[in-house]
Amino acid sequence: MTVPLEYFVIVAAALFMTGAVGFLIRRNLLVLLMSIELMLNAVNLTLVAFNRQHVGGHAGQIFTFFIIAIAAAEAAVGLAIVLAFFRLRSTVRSDDADLLRN
Amino acid sequence: MNKVELAYFGLCSVIALLGGFVTVGAKNPIRGAMGLLSTIIGIAGLYLMLAAEFLAAIQLLVYAGAVVILFLFVIMLLGPSAQSKRDARGAVARYVGAAALLVSGLGAMVLVMRTQSGTPTALPAVPPQFGTIESIGHELFSTALVPFELSGALLLVAVIGAVAVARGKQVDPTLLPAADAKPSAAPAPTTGQTKEARS
Repeated sequence: MTVPLEYFVIVAAALFMTGAVGFLIRRNLLVLLMSIELMLNAVNLTLVAFNRQHVGGHAGQIFTFFIIAIAAAEAAVGLAIVLAFFRLRSTVRSDDADLLRN
Repeated sequence: MNKVELAYFGLCSVIALLGGFVTVGAKNPIRGAMGLLSTIIGIAGLYLMLAAEFLAAIQLLVYAGAVVILFLFVIMLLGPSAQSKRDARGAVARYVGAAALLVSGLGAMVLVMRTQSGTPTALPAVPPQFGTIESIGHELFSTALVPFELSGALLLVAVIGAVAVARGKQVDPTLLPAADAKPSAAPAPTTGQTKEARS
């Protein structure tokens, strides 16, 4: 008997909660982007685990493949935005991103 | 259940979870990036357990090889200012919100687990060709062909957008050809000539 499905889902849920809490409590823009990557990884793990239970097709793994591609694009654009913001304000704190306020 | 499999699962999940905690808790973003790397390696190990060899390889190539390196590049480009200073403004609201999220998430997890029948779901046997490069590639180029091509277009757009956003509007003054270059360039040949004349 192999490791049951629930164990993988619990690990993925714990990882997702870690990323979500980190996204809420941290203010460094770089750490926020890393927390988003954590959450995406947790969702990927869930998809692959459920695909392992329904072995008739590869829908979960194909989804994970596309999510990885989109996460790479998101990291590139997000880091470019962080660089542009740093050039503007000389900081990476998300609280200082208030150019659209008022 | 198999002891070796369980030990491997525990090792990979501990690596992944500890990496996640380091990512979120580390003050220095470089440590955070290393935590992210550890999470990615742990999850790649879990993919191997779940018969997703192709995805484990892709995970290591794309995440560990590209995304984490990109993070490290940006952190090193920003230098010491990548580590933002700690201050207490609005800290209570953020921590209360995060605690509420944590409690609701844990509550949801407990509720979902209590609805289960009690015996954990055993995974079925892996059919041959499940999760291999051949079968995933076959599916990618048959049923998932349109999103596959669209993701290629998305990556191209993301690259162009990242370059456009990160480049900014200012032009490097040293790259300007005529007007700015002349005053600094004019003295140089004269000094060169005088040196030649002296020698």
